[in-house]
Amino acid sequence: MSALRIYVPGDAAAVACGADEIAAAIASSAAKRSIAVDIVRNGSRGMHWLEPMLEVATGKGRIAYGPVELADIESVLDAVIAGGGDHKLRVGIPEEHPFLKKQTRLTFARCGIVDPRSLDDYKAHDGYKGLAKALANPAGIVEEITQSGLRGRGGAGFPTGIKWKTVADTKADRKYIVCNADEGDSGTFADRMIMEGDPFVLIEGMTIAGIAVGATKGFVYIRSEYPHAIAVMTDAIDIARRAGMLGKKVAGSDFEFNLEVREGAGAYVCGEETSLLESLEGKRGVVRAKPPLPAHKGLFSKPTVINNVLSLATVPVIMDKGAAFYKDFGVGRSRGTMPIQLAGNLNYGGLFETPFGITLGELVNDIGGGCFTGRPVKAVQVGGPLGAYFPPALFDTPFDYEAFAKKDGLIGHAGVVVFDDTVDMAKQARFALEFCAIESCGKCTPCRIGSARGVETVDRIMRDQDRAANIEVLEDLCNTMKFGSLCALGGFTPYPVMSALTHFPEDFGAEPRLQAAE
Amino acid sequence: MSAKHQGKRSSAQNSWDNEVALSCIREHLDREGPLLPILHALQEEFGYIDMAAEPLIAEALNITRAEVHGVVTFYHDFRREPAGRHVIKLCRAEACQAAGGDELAAHAEARLGVALGNTTADGRITIEPVYCLGLCSVSPSAMIDGKVVARLDAKKFDTLLAEVDR
Repeated sequence: MSALRIYVPGDAAAVACGADEIAAAIASSAAKRSIAVDIVRNGSRGMHWLEPMLEVATGKGRIAYGPVELADIESVLDAVIAGGGDHKLRVGIPEEHPFLKKQTRLTFARCGIVDPRSLDDYKAHDGYKGLAKALANPAGIVEEITQSGLRGRGGAGFPTGIKWKTVADTKADRKYIVCNADEGDSGTFADRMIMEGDPFVLIEGMTIAGIAVGATKGFVYIRSEYPHAIAVMTDAIDIARRAGMLGKKVAGSDFEFNLEVREGAGAYVCGEETSLLESLEGKRGVVRAKPPLPAHKGLFSKPTVINNVLSLATVPVIMDKGAAFYKDFGVGRSRGTMPIQLAGNLNYGGLFETPFGITLGELVNDIGGGCFTGRPVKAVQVGGPLGAYFPPALFDTPFDYEAFAKKDGLIGHAGVVVFDDTVDMAKQARFALEFCAIESCGKCTPCRIGSARGVETVDRIMRDQDRAANIEVLEDLCNTMKFGSLCALGGFTPYPVMSALTHFPEDFGAEPRLQAAE
Repeated sequence: MSAKHQGKRSSAQNSWDNEVALSCIREHLDREGPLLPILHALQEEFGYIDMAAEPLIAEALNITRAEVHGVVTFYHDFRREPAGRHVIKLCRAEACQAAGGDELAAHAEARLGVALGNTTADGRITIEPVYCLGLCSVSPSAMIDGKVVARLDAKKFDTLLAEVDR
């Protein structure tokens, strides 16, 4: 009899909920029962309230159980051995769970399904098909990506194809592909999940980018807070190199491409692309003025494609299935799908990949199931620490770059953090400014000094010292930061502050406004 | 998982040694932009970046000591002195705040008798804020001696704290 294949996620969120202990307990219990088991540490399916969620491979597909605690191991194992039998924690076939069934998984097609350290598994699940198409017509890659409508998933939403074309058209003896995996926004974890659950898709995407623009070297800059992602990416790059998928002759072609993982050092601002390049060069992560664009003078002053993890990880499916296929999803100028991350005070937090256009209310109430505290939702911050706080009154806003911008918000890296009615929005506004003060690189005055003065001003408002006058000062300060800062850290910190003030004036002790300030 | 990344703990670190430091530096010299990898290697070895490392790095990379010092002090990760025997990084970002993180931080501070960013008087625990561990759907979260933990509350925190020396 062949070994029973059991999947226990090695994803950091699952591990933080006890997955390592569960995997060890299964191994030891199976040994005691003299049953051969093959434990695969897969990525997470993204249904995080069910983690640790184990799955067993059966003739009828995989059957999941979760959230499994150590006390459940023996009874769950009984059910598992019975071929996916009944148990109070039985989830059933994951793909048929409404949370997954409602999704359109293009970027995350394999995450949670494959063994992240198996190249064979990757290839058996359509891996490296995009590279094969790219190698068949290298000159057509940039056009394909441009046609797909893919925009930078890091937050800025700049068209990926145009960025690539600029680098492709710039003559140089050396070019680089840099993957921005400095996912520092609170409420976001999609980059981490894909690196831990399907690292080869990122390697394939970066390889295709290298071939498209003529770059032979790539760096994956991963924040140090992600040790699991660093470990998986490092192993996967090693495996790909040994299999000839990286190196002098990529997949036997005449293209050379090499990859290296670099670890950040705990600086939020290094998620800003020019600051990240400085950091890679071994300098303080101080933001560069643009121009020159990184596409012209980037890493070590060479033309550089710098893209977010999700942008690069979406490239293989676009190359495989075609620009038209990808572009068919989405609304307006927001094409394709977005891996949205549901976090904070929610019953059903996790990763939800869906075409652009779903409303914020559907995400928070229908998918996320509202607050786990059982209290009403008061505010939702979309797009990380620099994103606006939206009240339920704005829940009809569709998830789309332009629609969010129209409501003075942003989708950023698509993190959605939900707060219940106990949150004090003046405190959140103060935190946004304090965070900016802590993380500012110090190069430009509006960000460096504006953030510190902002904290002091909110403090005055909160203790009712010249409240009306200080609210005016705060608004003026936000205006200066928004238009005078060098990068998005100082430039976007006003979003959470102003949205808190506009939508929740009562928390600042101010009169409710009749209309949104502009 | 590689031992290097799982074992990022501050306990049982080696004391400062010039020769060992030089070999950490030399190991990364042929890399493009070697300074951050060198600093990570030194901190991995000694638990902090000793002032004595700065001139050694400056010499090896042919840059000024001021430049090295500037980089060491820019990044939150690099320590200027050894941490406590155990390091707790408690997430203080928004998604954890939304799920009871403020109360948890207050409890942790009261329990340890120090504010975040400090080490207990007996040198046992260093507790510091971290801004996001990417565990926002299972918040509040923390990293204890390199191990991630989630769905924390005061009770679970106390249990983990009691286990830390074992």
